[in-house]
Amino acid sequence: MRRHVMKMTAAVLLPSLLLYGCGISKREERAELPDDESNRLIVYNWGEYIDPETIEMFKEETGYDVIYDVFETNEIMYPKVAADPSQYDVICPSDYMIAKMAGEGLLAELDMDDMPQAKKNIGEDYWKMSRDFDPENKYSVPYCWGTVGILYNSKLIDEELDSWESLWDPKYNDDILMQDSVRDLFMVALKKLGYSLNSTDIDELEEAKELLIQQKPLVQAYVVDEVRDKMIAGESAIGVIYSGEAEYTREENEDLVYSIPKEGTNVWIDSWVVTKDSRHKKAAKEWIDFMCRPDIALMNFEYIYYSTPNVGAMELMDEETRANEVLFPDLSKYSGLEAYKYLGKDTDRLYYNLWKEIKSA
Amino acid sequence: MVKTKRIAGFLGLPYIFWAAAFIVIPLIMVVWYGLTDENGGFTFANVAAIANPAHSKALFMALLLSFIATIVCLLLAYPLCMFLVEAQKTSNSFLTMLLIVPMWMNFLLRTYAWQSILEKTGIINTFLTSIGLQPLRLINTNGAIILGMVYNFLPFMILPIYNALDDIDKNVINAARDLGASSRQTLTKVIFPLSLPGVISGITMVFIPALTTFVVSSLLGGGKILLIGNVIEQEFMVAYDWNLGSGLSLVLLIFIVINVIVSVLTERSEEDYAS
Repeated sequence: MRRHVMKMTAAVLLPSLLLYGCGISKREERAELPDDESNRLIVYNWGEYIDPETIEMFKEETGYDVIYDVFETNEIMYPKVAADPSQYDVICPSDYMIAKMAGEGLLAELDMDDMPQAKKNIGEDYWKMSRDFDPENKYSVPYCWGTVGILYNSKLIDEELDSWESLWDPKYNDDILMQDSVRDLFMVALKKLGYSLNSTDIDELEEAKELLIQQKPLVQAYVVDEVRDKMIAGESAIGVIYSGEAEYTREENEDLVYSIPKEGTNVWIDSWVVTKDSRHKKAAKEWIDFMCRPDIALMNFEYIYYSTPNVGAMELMDEETRANEVLFPDLSKYSGLEAYKYLGKDTDRLYYNLWKEIKSA
Repeated sequence: MVKTKRIAGFLGLPYIFWAAAFIVIPLIMVVWYGLTDENGGFTFANVAAIANPAHSKALFMALLLSFIATIVCLLLAYPLCMFLVEAQKTSNSFLTMLLIVPMWMNFLLRTYAWQSILEKTGIINTFLTSIGLQPLRLINTNGAIILGMVYNFLPFMILPIYNALDDIDKNVINAARDLGASSRQTLTKVIFPLSLPGVISGITMVFIPALTTFVVSSLLGGGKILLIGNVIEQEFMVAYDWNLGSGLSLVLLIFIVINVIVSVLTERSEEDYAS
């Protein structure tokens, strides 16, 4: 309603601004649009989450003009896509965000028969893991998966860290990096307290908030991608990090050790999805299928070091890589592992408000 | 006469279009979003939300840090400008160039550069430890944010003050000296009052961007210090609550408007004084 009035105002004031008015107009339920004539494909992926060479290969092999854009967190990606879902064709969100976007009708249904490489190469275990957030495996194709854990510098720390407790240890004052995203920050505190990382209980969340406020003076910084560089440079001794990033940092600095805390942690999957309003759906499916080709999946794996769900690619790896416990951990050895679930708008808001209290404390 | 006026009006059209499209309409939208709730009903809650302790603390921190940054800029810029006006006669404005050149570089890059200077393993601390001193905790502090503000916005203080000082008729200064004013009296009674419009516009041009920044605070504050700019940015980008984000922007707008009114009033009284 209000957006309609906004649109009117814009139209009356300056006809040319109508375009902008449309941009913010409410998404209406409507049939999917046919592909437009152009050979463009707009991809929206995490930063540094692909071997750029594979984009070039895709362009060469298919002749599509790929526009590649990146985001830093699911929460930054979502509002941009929600504001105008036709802006992007293929996106690579995480599990809980896929559930949220699918629930809001932002995603197109995919027919796996259109994507033979995906059907053939993605392991059954990962389709099964996906069913936690995409029950019929109809919106998403797994791209990468992993855990969240502690990365520490064994030169600066002379004990083995295997618990979230150490992030509250005063002796590591100014040597701790925490993730600057709502769910990943709360996850650590909730797990330390022995609660579910999908908790919606206000008392548990308040308790987690208090714990994080108490930790704040010890924290060097709340960052996302910089955890990697700061850990490599020895700027900080401990950081909360994604397993794939961890493996990359270990290549650069051999003193770094990754561990999955004993209280449990988040196991996540990032998957390719196609927006419902995409005007380049054919190209989008070709992109996903191309990314599932074993040779391409292997290139990406070797570039970004995130665990791949691509069984075809794993067969191409050497024995040593396949046995790497950071990349391919035996999940049955750990307890308290959970995937994020979408908690609904009100709980999202609650998490966010508590997060603000921590950040301003 | 009439014809030139018409041409002038015509030339102004692109600006009028620009102002309407990118200033007036967005502003109307901010007001609109700020005063409505999710369902489009009128509400004052988004503006009143500034009373939320997290928000008011962020606003207070932003006011405090940008106030300090403005004062530091003024204290650095004024003597420098007096020096530059003098030096310009001899060194052909090379020094002024030196000040402007860094502005050609991207704002973000310059701020990132400060990160690697201030870090624990950064240039300053590496130097300190190499001569046997204890490293200092420089980054992710209020001081780092103030430094970032001063560094990034200092040229906006220098340029208007420089222009104001440069415009002062040397005869006025000579007359003051002739009539027996001491150096200090010339400065406080003649030069400073005449440069006041430059000072005021410098203050405005530093204070407002410093008050609203979220980049400096997130890059040099390590995400540990929340300014009102960060809160607003995150309401739009993370929480996707445009109404609350706009409501808080309106509160910030009040401070900006106060600042502008003060500067306009001071300039006007200066003009009255001059005529």
